[in-house]
Amino acid sequence: MAAKTHRVLPGFGLALGYTLVYLSLLILLPLGGLILKASELGFGQIMDIALGERSLAAFRVTFGASFLAAAVNAFFGLIVAWILVRYPFPGKRFVDALVDLPFALPTAVAGITLATLYAGNGWLGQFIEPLGFKVAYTPWGIVVALTFITLPFVVRTLQPVIEDIETEVEEAAASLGASRWQTFVKVIFPAIFPALLTGFALAFARAVGEYGSVIFIAGNLPLISEITPLLIISKLEQYDVLGATALAVVMLGLSFLLLLSVNLLQWWTANRHKNSEPLEVAAAKASGGAQ
Amino acid sequence: MFQLRKSISALMLAMVASAALADVTLLNSSYDVARDVYKDYNPMFQKYWKAKSGESIELKQSHGGSSKQVRAVADGLEADVVTMNQANDIEFLAEKGLVAKDWTKKFPNSASPYTSAMVFIVRKGNPKGIKDWNDLAATGTQIIIPHPKNTGNGRNTYLSAWAWALKQPGGNDKTAQEFLGKLLKNAPLFAAGGRDATTTFMQRKMGDALITFESEAEMIAKEFGKGDFEVVYPSLTMQTEFPVALVEKVVDKKGTRKQAQAYLEYLWSKEGQENAAQNYLRPRDAEILKKYASFFPPLKTFTVDEVFGGANKAFAIHFKDGGSFDQIYVQK
Repeated sequence: MAAKTHRVLPGFGLALGYTLVYLSLLILLPLGGLILKASELGFGQIMDIALGERSLAAFRVTFGASFLAAAVNAFFGLIVAWILVRYPFPGKRFVDALVDLPFALPTAVAGITLATLYAGNGWLGQFIEPLGFKVAYTPWGIVVALTFITLPFVVRTLQPVIEDIETEVEEAAASLGASRWQTFVKVIFPAIFPALLTGFALAFARAVGEYGSVIFIAGNLPLISEITPLLIISKLEQYDVLGATALAVVMLGLSFLLLLSVNLLQWWTANRHKNSEPLEVAAAKASGGAQ
Repeated sequence: MFQLRKSISALMLAMVASAALADVTLLNSSYDVARDVYKDYNPMFQKYWKAKSGESIELKQSHGGSSKQVRAVADGLEADVVTMNQANDIEFLAEKGLVAKDWTKKFPNSASPYTSAMVFIVRKGNPKGIKDWNDLAATGTQIIIPHPKNTGNGRNTYLSAWAWALKQPGGNDKTAQEFLGKLLKNAPLFAAGGRDATTTFMQRKMGDALITFESEAEMIAKEFGKGDFEVVYPSLTMQTEFPVALVEKVVDKKGTRKQAQAYLEYLWSKEGQENAAQNYLRPRDAEILKKYASFFPPLKTFTVDEVFGGANKAFAIHFKDGGSFDQIYVQK
């Protein structure tokens, strides 16, 4: 079937083969190895490891902090992306470049820097700790580190999408009588929501696996501020490779489920949007609501 | 561009030349903070070996977290010798058949050429009056230690406190575990590693006492100045060993047994012992120890073998999942 369809560019077979080999080598092979190793343990044993009190606490901390960090970035990242695309201001290029810094910085450096900043005698810590709000060496420290690490994901996914929304659409909505709030909620937001979800999912997935920056600011107290990657390292310290893979596989499964549901949600919103109305119609509708 | 290519080829040529110049190359896989010790030791050995055998030898170092290094060797890193800071790491290689089963008997002093001890670092003037382990467990005192389960430094601290509690009147495993529970409550965090704990204590000014290796105190003095802290020697503490071993499989394959053996033996020579002392590690040689007596005040220590019946046994009882450390946090 594929061969019969006429294509402008040749080389589909070669490109597809290349894609499959590349993905297999890079992703399927290591992940397959991980699952194969974990399968040396029975399902019951894996569950025993995953449902231990410390593992459960670590899962809660890891996924909870990652969710919070991704949510914070979804909100503030949206604002940053919007400002960077829509408004000219002096030093814009500089600010734009700043966004990528968390990618460039080695994560351990980020962790140590944040811990120094938020510790009781740090530049920020000395002001917030007297207010009774401790960040360094508490689960909040984990959220701060993960928020820092994952900022670029939301901003960089949203920027091109916001660039694609022409200002004329907003003007149309306004001229048809939509309030500013209605224009945002009914016209702009539906257009960028799928990209926002993608950014959120990427940020979340990255945060779940983060180790380097977190251990320097978390405090690592059992049941309170231990993240799952730390428990994996702890098992490796004991030369318990099987236990470590078991935890990793459970973590992988949980992340996969969460990402899958985000993707489904995204597919659903994108489709609903596509089937119902183009932007211009939405603009008209929004104004209709205003009358 | 041409310039660059020229310099790259020159560099490659130089590398090939230096490899050709050395008759033998040895790789020493070592723990993280051993850098200073072996940076000075390697040239000493090169000179000694050249004079003795006429052979020039190239020495390469690989440094990293002790157990990470050992896993790399187990996975095929071709290290001729391993020089570690925990016996159970070498024990792991022995189980894998890479190191002789009786490796502790292949060299004097349980194959540990020098030792250190766990001591307390307190703020200048010792405002909390910290003298011994029970002072660290007192209410209102904060201690800074690396993770007791995941780091060698933290494990040594844990076992030192345990042994001290055992030696108290009426002390047994139960009272020791209770004591550790009280002690660990005073830790506001578990640092990621030894150096992270030092930074947290010295730079971020957290806690009243830092528990670390005696040799680390000197590093702190170099980094932060002598005026800021004092060293407190507790009434009993652990003598920490730095075991070394030949990786039998590798030296047989590479034919470097003779050189590798000499490399490790030379650690016990006067020169090797003096180098250890200069790096604030307690030498085994009584004469050298005496010469550097000002560095090393007399100290009552125990070894893991004496109190816990070996590093592996101590690890299994206290730090494996469900061990005494986990029990303090999870009642099960």
